[in-house]
Amino acid sequence: MENKSKYHRYQRQILLKEFGVVAQEKLLKAKVLVIGAGGLGCPTLQYLAAAGVGTIGIVDFDVVEISNLQRQILFSVEDIGKPKAKVAAEKLKAFNPEILIQTFNTKLQGDNALKIISDYDVVIDGSDNFPTRYLVSDACVLLNKPLVYGSVFRFEGQVSVFNFGEDKARTNYRDMFPVTPSPDEVQDCNEAGVIGTLPGIIGTMQANETIKIITGIGKALSNKLLTYGALENSFYEVEVFPREKSNLHLPKSKEEFLSTNYEWLCNRDAAEVKEISTEEFERMLDENNILVIDVRNDGELPELIDISHLKIPLHRLKENIPLIEEHMKVVVFCQSGIRSVKAAGLIFEATQHENIFNLKGGIIAWKKHQDRNMVPA
Amino acid sequence: MEVNILAFGQIADITAKREWQIHDVRNTIEIRKKLEEEFPLLRSMSYMIAVNKKIISEDVQLEEHSTVALLPPFSGG
Repeated sequence: MENKSKYHRYQRQILLKEFGVVAQEKLLKAKVLVIGAGGLGCPTLQYLAAAGVGTIGIVDFDVVEISNLQRQILFSVEDIGKPKAKVAAEKLKAFNPEILIQTFNTKLQGDNALKIISDYDVVIDGSDNFPTRYLVSDACVLLNKPLVYGSVFRFEGQVSVFNFGEDKARTNYRDMFPVTPSPDEVQDCNEAGVIGTLPGIIGTMQANETIKIITGIGKALSNKLLTYGALENSFYEVEVFPREKSNLHLPKSKEEFLSTNYEWLCNRDAAEVKEISTEEFERMLDENNILVIDVRNDGELPELIDISHLKIPLHRLKENIPLIEEHMKVVVFCQSGIRSVKAAGLIFEATQHENIFNLKGGIIAWKKHQDRNMVPA
Repeated sequence: MEVNILAFGQIADITAKREWQIHDVRNTIEIRKKLEEEFPLLRSMSYMIAVNKKIISEDVQLEEHSTVALLPPFSGG
C-alpha cells in the first residue's frame, strides 16, 4: 500500500522511459544537502521534495524577513521572524510527508562543515556570500562530493556542477576563481538587488542537475559554467578545466581545512575596522563632531535623509579622502555594511585617524532602526 | 585583427556595454592590459577570461574574430 502511494505520487516522472522505477528508487534512497534556504534554496528544495529525494538536509541560520518574500517562495507573511530552516522543513513535510527532512539551524563554518556534509550524497550551494561558497567548495573537494553550484547577480545567474564525472577531469569552484575576491569587488543581493524570478530559474536548474546526478540520466553540467541572462533570455556556456593554480589554494587535508579562516580570506579588512550598531550611531548623531560618509555609487537607494553627510563612492575614495579634524568621529556606510568596511580601511590607511567607524548593516539596518523607533503621531 | 568582447555581471556595469569589438590585440595579456587602461576599475576586479567558450588559465593567442568573455563570480543566492 505504501509503495503504491509512493509510485502514484511520482507517476508522471516514472512514465518517462529514461527515468522509470529505477530512477525513482535512486531518488528515494538519495541524501541531498541544501546550503541556504533563500532565493536559490527555496525552489531547489521544493522541486527535490516534489521529486521524492528521500532525505533532504537544510542548512540556514537566518530568519525570514519581509524583503525575502519577493523571491523566497517557501515563506509567507506569518513566517516573518522565524528560522528559515525550520519553516522550510515544515512546508516541505506538509507537501511530501513521505520524505525525511533534516534541519541545521546554524551557520555553516569550518568546524561543522565536514561533519554535516559528509552524511550526504550530493550538496547544493544556495548560499549568498563568498566565504561560504569557498568553504563549501573546498569541503566538497576534500570529501569528494558532487556539488551543484548556483549564484545570482541582478538579472544574471551562474550554474555549474563540481567534483563530478571522470576523476582526472573533475573541476571545482577554484578552477574558475582560484582565490577569494575582496569585499569591495562584489555586491550581494542586499547590495545589488535581484529580480525575483531569477533565483527561481537558477534554483530550479540546480534541482534539475541534482536529479540528473542521482539518477544518472542525461548529462550533468560538470566542467561547464552556464551563465543565464534574464533580460535577453540568453544562455552562455563555457568549458572549465582543472588548473594548477587552483590546487595551490585548496586545503590538502582536513587539518588544513580546519585551520583556514574563510571569513577572513574574504573580509581581510574587516578585522581592523571598528563597527558601530545603529543604536550607537543614533547616540553619536547627538554629538556635533561627526562626519558621515555614504560610499555607495551615485543613485543607490534609499537615500539617507535628515542627516548631513558626504557622498564619496568607494571607487573614488582613494583619491578623495576628506579632511578630517582631529576631534571628529567618522562613520562610513553603504547598503549593507560590506563595502563600507573597505572604505573605513582606506580612510584609516590614509589618515591614521583613530575614530573611524563602519555602520554595521549599512543603510538597510539604519532604515529598520528608524522604523522600529518611530513614535506614532 | 578584430576580437569580440562579451562582458557579464559587474564587469558589464564597469564597461557600460555588454558586447563590443576591439582591435590590434594579439593575445589575452594584451586584451587585459587594453581593457584595464580603458576601464581602470577592472584592475581591482576578479574575473575569468574565456576564449571561444573555453576558460583559460594562461596567456592564449587570439585569432581574427575570437570571442573573449569576461566572467566575474556572483555571490548572491
